[in-house]
Amino acid sequence: MPTPDRYNFVVSKEDWSLHRKGYQDQQRHQEKVREVIKQNLPDLVTEENIIMSDGKQIIKVPLRNLEEYRFIHNYQKHKHVGQGDGSSEVGDVLGQDSPKDNGKGGKGGKAGDQPGYDYVEAEISIEELEDMLFEEMELPYIEEKDKADLETESIRFNDIRKKGLMSNIDKKRTILENLRRNATAGTPGIHGITPDDLRYKTWEDVVVPHSNAVILAMMDTSGSMGAFEKYCARSFFFWMTRFLRRQYEKVEIVFLAHHTEAKEVSEEEFFTRGESGGTICSSVYQKALEIIDTRYPPSSYNIYPFHFSDGDNLTSDNERCVKLIGELMKRSNMFGYGEVNQYNRGSTLMSAYRTIKQEKFMYYVIKEKGEVYNALKRFFHKREGGAAS
Amino acid sequence: MSSELEQLEYAIAEIMEIADSFGLDYYPMRYEICPADIIYTFGAYGMPTRFSHWSFGKMFNKMKMQYDFGLSKIYELVINSNPCYAFLLEGNSLIQNKLIIAHVLAHCDFFKNNVRFSATNRDMVESMAATAERISRYELAYGAETVESFIDAVLAIQEHVDPQLIKPMRYDKRQQMEEKIRRAKGGRQGSVKAGPYDDLWALDEPSSGRNDDAKEAAVHFPPEPEKDIVWFIQEYSEVLEDWQRDIMSMLREEMLYFWPQMETKIMNEGWASYWHQRIIRELDLTSDETVEFAKLNASVVQPSRQSLNPYYLGLKIFEDIERRWDNPTEEERRRFGREPGKGREKIFEVRELDSDISFLRSYLTKDLVRDLDLYIFEKQGPEWKITDKSWENVRDQLIASRVNGGSPYIVVQDGDYLRSGELLLKHQYEGIELDLKYLEHTLPYVYKLWGRPVHLETVVEDKRALFSYDGQKHVRKML
Repeated sequence: MPTPDRYNFVVSKEDWSLHRKGYQDQQRHQEKVREVIKQNLPDLVTEENIIMSDGKQIIKVPLRNLEEYRFIHNYQKHKHVGQGDGSSEVGDVLGQDSPKDNGKGGKGGKAGDQPGYDYVEAEISIEELEDMLFEEMELPYIEEKDKADLETESIRFNDIRKKGLMSNIDKKRTILENLRRNATAGTPGIHGITPDDLRYKTWEDVVVPHSNAVILAMMDTSGSMGAFEKYCARSFFFWMTRFLRRQYEKVEIVFLAHHTEAKEVSEEEFFTRGESGGTICSSVYQKALEIIDTRYPPSSYNIYPFHFSDGDNLTSDNERCVKLIGELMKRSNMFGYGEVNQYNRGSTLMSAYRTIKQEKFMYYVIKEKGEVYNALKRFFHKREGGAAS
Repeated sequence: MSSELEQLEYAIAEIMEIADSFGLDYYPMRYEICPADIIYTFGAYGMPTRFSHWSFGKMFNKMKMQYDFGLSKIYELVINSNPCYAFLLEGNSLIQNKLIIAHVLAHCDFFKNNVRFSATNRDMVESMAATAERISRYELAYGAETVESFIDAVLAIQEHVDPQLIKPMRYDKRQQMEEKIRRAKGGRQGSVKAGPYDDLWALDEPSSGRNDDAKEAAVHFPPEPEKDIVWFIQEYSEVLEDWQRDIMSMLREEMLYFWPQMETKIMNEGWASYWHQRIIRELDLTSDETVEFAKLNASVVQPSRQSLNPYYLGLKIFEDIERRWDNPTEEERRRFGREPGKGREKIFEVRELDSDISFLRSYLTKDLVRDLDLYIFEKQGPEWKITDKSWENVRDQLIASRVNGGSPYIVVQDGDYLRSGELLLKHQYEGIELDLKYLEHTLPYVYKLWGRPVHLETVVEDKRALFSYDGQKHVRKML
């Protein structure tokens, strides 16, 4: 019979609950993942599978900076040794290539000592992405609208008390109290309900903010606006709508397409249709004013007109545009003008708009996809001392 | 609880008694029972006391997730140290623990007796704790992010050390190299060097070989290609601060400590599997325990399609050696004078003297390759296909994959490239190309450490190619 003390060993079981190193470094890794995603925001903002999605999916962000680079062999280009079940033959196909096949370890007896093609991706939901994006943004010039429209009051029964109105008595809880009391007294059953058993429901006033915003999405759909220009505008409106939804209970968006004349269109049409012909921007501003005046009284709506164009406008129309923008701004929280100008041409519209010196008027010239992010940040950047009233 | 612990202690004593009778020779054992997240932490870091770095956190996260999803399970972890620490997963059944205890005893025997491990630091648990402590003090002094990004760079080249066992007497790498350079410059210094204090003069000489003397221009720095890139940069980079050299030297020590484990993976796992099977056979098990043991044993050593299980391969080779030396053929008796019944003795000799490369080269036979159904596969178009089953090619391919622990063999070719202090690395190409994407992402790390433009020469599509990075941009050049 062996006895433990003849052999040189110790068995112990310590309290490891304070050993947090793994979790701490895991945390650091996750911080780095977030940093990388943040650095990638300009690209992600115009990521096609987000913009074209319903906004519910999980997206994958490649984490190139977080791969542990070192000198390694090219896994694809060399031979490996494998093991069969006894019936393998030359010419057998083991598998098709897929990114997962590049996985680490296992193959060729290398069991984990090679980093391999560990293609690192982080999964992130659009909500998380929004959180990161919008944490740097703020809605400017929020205006107090009519209180009555802004808030609705309702009541909610959400508490139980021993005193209250007889009509609000909570029968179930009262009986439960009675049962409990009788059981403690040694006489189980429902009998002899006393005032002490009575329980009342009681309520609370709830104020539900009820506010509306409307985006007047205006876009030049004349021949000069190509796929790139439209895509930039589309990305911008996608995020803008989501951003406003966080601030307001209800956000409506009205799509106004124009060339020489403007009309209200569906979202589908807005982003897909193209027309030939020249451009008269004042037409769409005129249309926007009409819509505001008939459907969205500024007293109860926060109004955000945004216009995207490539900057080509009938020169004689410019003056009229500036005047109408002035009118629009009287009714709106802010006015944004985004110019998608890939080749940095001189634009007639921009030269006119540069003269508008009003806080509420903002413009941004987008030259490449990544700048949609900058445009968002320009329009919705955090202002000193918080939002202007 | 205490009775469970008593049972475990009793089992350990019993297993040790059997192991002793087989002749296993191990260090005193420290068994520690710990929860899963702790085992996985140790698994990710390679050592309980290792320094902190996000890459370990990433690994931990990945391993822990696989455990949580039931995809993989580590039952034990054993540390090459004296005393030898073995960590058992909390919640293992007694029979699982018995297998593991036997398995780790054999690992410990391997650590203690295999020649590749002879130079490893058996107090590495404490050394790594000291390293971790020092790194965290550097973090306080120089900023966590500065230290972290420096460690990122060092880790990118950490495999490039020189693990050779045989070192000249009174070994000092730097002194030796400079001696060689001096001798190469010929005449003067070389012949004068005789007295015991002459090396003091070397201290007065500024960094060697910067004169425009034609003869000295021919002297290479380093005089011979240097395998130990980490050491070379740590010694000769002109941009590193003391704390940075210190970190490099500590991480290099850690790599040298882990290196023998990378070199003997197949042998070490085979040896441990061989012994846990032999030892458990000696125990009195209930029929339930026998079934549970069989299941667990099978999950450890089972071959799996498309991947080569080192436990299984190593086990089969050891068993084959034992069989062949127990029953030598007529020819083996005549030609090599082999006596029958020497199988056990032979495998003990193998565990002492071999590493994976020599193990495979000497003992992976034609019969084994056939019986194990080993093959070579490679990518043809989009498909991975079996392309070869001839046993010699399989053996050689397997050996090739184990050379230099599986990492590309890269040396410092010139530490004063273009006579302007740039660093030229050279990939010793033997038919396997480098991953170019990884290569171009790694060079900036080398640049960060060296502080001047860095170059790497390799072979792409059978043509010599030079990859350079100067701190701003990458250049690719065919030579």
